[in-house]
Amino acid sequence: MTQRHDRIARRFDELKAANRAGLVTFISAGDPDYEASLETLLALPEAGADVIELGMPFTDPMADGPSIQASTLRALEGGQTMAKTLSMVRALRERDDATPVVLMGYYNPIYCMGVEAFLAEAAEAGVDGLIVVDLPPEHDAELCLPAQAHGIDFIRLATPTTDAKRLPLVLENTSGFLYYVSSTGVTGAAAPSAERVAEEVEAIRAHSALPIGVGFGIRTPEQAERIARFADAVVVGSAFTDAIGEAARPEDGVRRVVDLTRSLSEAVHRAREAEEA
Amino acid sequence: MGLPHPTAELAPDADGFFGRFGGRFVAETLMPLILELQQAYESAKQDPEFHAELDALRRDYIGRESPLYFAERLTEQLGGARIYLKREDLMHTGAHKINNCIGQVLLARRMGKQRIIAETGAGMHGVATATVAARFGMKCIIYMGSTDIDRQQPNVQRMKLLGAEVIPVTSGTGTLKDAMNDALRDWVTNVADTFYIIGTVAGPHPYPAMVRDFQSVIGQEVREQLAEKEGRLPDSLVACIGGGSNAMGLFHPFLEDESVRLVGVEAAGEGLDTGKHAASLQGGSPGVLHGNRTFLLQSAEGQITDAHSISAGLDYPGIGPEHAWLHEVGRAEYVAVTDDEALDAFKTLCRLEGIIPALESSHAIAHAIKLAPTLPEDHVMVLNLSGRGDKDMTTVTERLADELAADAPAE
Repeated sequence: MTQRHDRIARRFDELKAANRAGLVTFISAGDPDYEASLETLLALPEAGADVIELGMPFTDPMADGPSIQASTLRALEGGQTMAKTLSMVRALRERDDATPVVLMGYYNPIYCMGVEAFLAEAAEAGVDGLIVVDLPPEHDAELCLPAQAHGIDFIRLATPTTDAKRLPLVLENTSGFLYYVSSTGVTGAAAPSAERVAEEVEAIRAHSALPIGVGFGIRTPEQAERIARFADAVVVGSAFTDAIGEAARPEDGVRRVVDLTRSLSEAVHRAREAEEA
Repeated sequence: MGLPHPTAELAPDADGFFGRFGGRFVAETLMPLILELQQAYESAKQDPEFHAELDALRRDYIGRESPLYFAERLTEQLGGARIYLKREDLMHTGAHKINNCIGQVLLARRMGKQRIIAETGAGMHGVATATVAARFGMKCIIYMGSTDIDRQQPNVQRMKLLGAEVIPVTSGTGTLKDAMNDALRDWVTNVADTFYIIGTVAGPHPYPAMVRDFQSVIGQEVREQLAEKEGRLPDSLVACIGGGSNAMGLFHPFLEDESVRLVGVEAAGEGLDTGKHAASLQGGSPGVLHGNRTFLLQSAEGQITDAHSISAGLDYPGIGPEHAWLHEVGRAEYVAVTDDEALDAFKTLCRLEGIIPALESSHAIAHAIKLAPTLPEDHVMVLNLSGRGDKDMTTVTERLADELAADAPAE
């Protein structure tokens, strides 16, 4: 029987008790190479990542912008495989049993590994959730329901095109948290206004008690702070993959990611202090 | 003539599956659009006005019907099956691609979309899309791999003359699959006003079925034309396959006629055993890409690998899901021919019939050249001449430089 860890639920409960939003960080596993990526991953919790999204590299990331496309290709060129991605999670779990890890990517590498084999290994490695971009609710039987049977949350994206008619379907089998994609478009696109996103998030709350993470286009501490006032979590991706891509050496990339995580985390922490005071 | 009304067992199911292939594997942002498109297409299919307008444009704008031409000298030379060529190369813009584009642009107008996007490999679909966008006064953006832009310059110029903006795609390997990725990224970004005209029988449901329906005019005409010329059904149908739209258009009206042998010809590039080919069915495995489950060229890890073919139009690492299904259930057979064989067939058709075929179509000809001599003289074969070869002059003249430089024709 699969043991449920509920790291995601517990983390959001803790954040709620502390009246603050969480910081969700994204890096592609193996970017730019296995060693540097592992070092980055291991440093993230202490630097302030409340939830870690780890990208499973794929050659054809159709929903991603140039920054994450480049990061996934760097990882593949560096020899990243699904087995290596899972061993990174195992390495993290040896020293951290509290920070939720969500694997994010596209269906094909999972499908080719075999859904059951993948889920069994992912659960054993300590994976808490999955975000698989190209599996809408219409295909829940493929991976979403089997994942939940293994105790792994299936986190779904809702977007500005998800209308009131469709939202219940999107929410139906979503677990862990809901990822609200704040703009149409690919990752790394321009950020929308915080006011508009706040309204959209409130509209979703009327339909769901799940925590809501907001992402797409959030790059700076200032932007993160504005979103953290109303969202349960702020998701930052392309700013991290840029930091790795722009680094002259892999070890510089590690330092840049850690520094950015610190400043984003501080911003997210202070977001609701003003209104409390 | 209208669109076909496929029987229940031929159509994809409600979720867009042909057996285990097909589906709607897309990001949530696109789901509402795909459902809206499906609804619009279903309603158009029931609308006599849509059919009337489509029929009129097919006749007066595209130039349909396309001739079914008995290739007398090719037949004589091969000494076997009677070979007919379905002359899609004579249609407006020089290939079958326009059949699909004219249908989709009418749908786009029905849905109130003003901006058309498309991916293109060889540029034929891009030219056909730019053409219909110009005809209906819509803005047109074409995504084309930078590698393909280099080898298909005349088509790039055509698209620009027709008013389209051609965006070079440098992501990934800069070929057709990457152009499709970028077109999908554009669509996800510009959901409100944009219609994506996919050029082949692939992508998320309803595209594979919809593109097939628009292309089925090819097979429907063949059926009627052959009844007139031979008084019977064909014995075999042969067509090249990249994504597989010209083949699907030819095959589909005959799927239930079990006496009709269906042969799809994939691109074997430098050879199936070299790894440098574009034969997804014979050298690939099932996977999920670009919105559908189908056969893909990929690594054991599920990473998509590069396709290779002398013909840019076949240079795609996937294949339409209905072909994957026909392959799996054994209704159609799939073979592959190499770059060299296609090039030889190209020359053969030029010399014997006075027709310069597209390199894509040359793959079908190459297989017909192998197959016809093994068949009896009363066997009737229809080969889809899906496009004309003018666009391939640069590629062909480079490959045949020595031969063309010789003073006398190489006989």
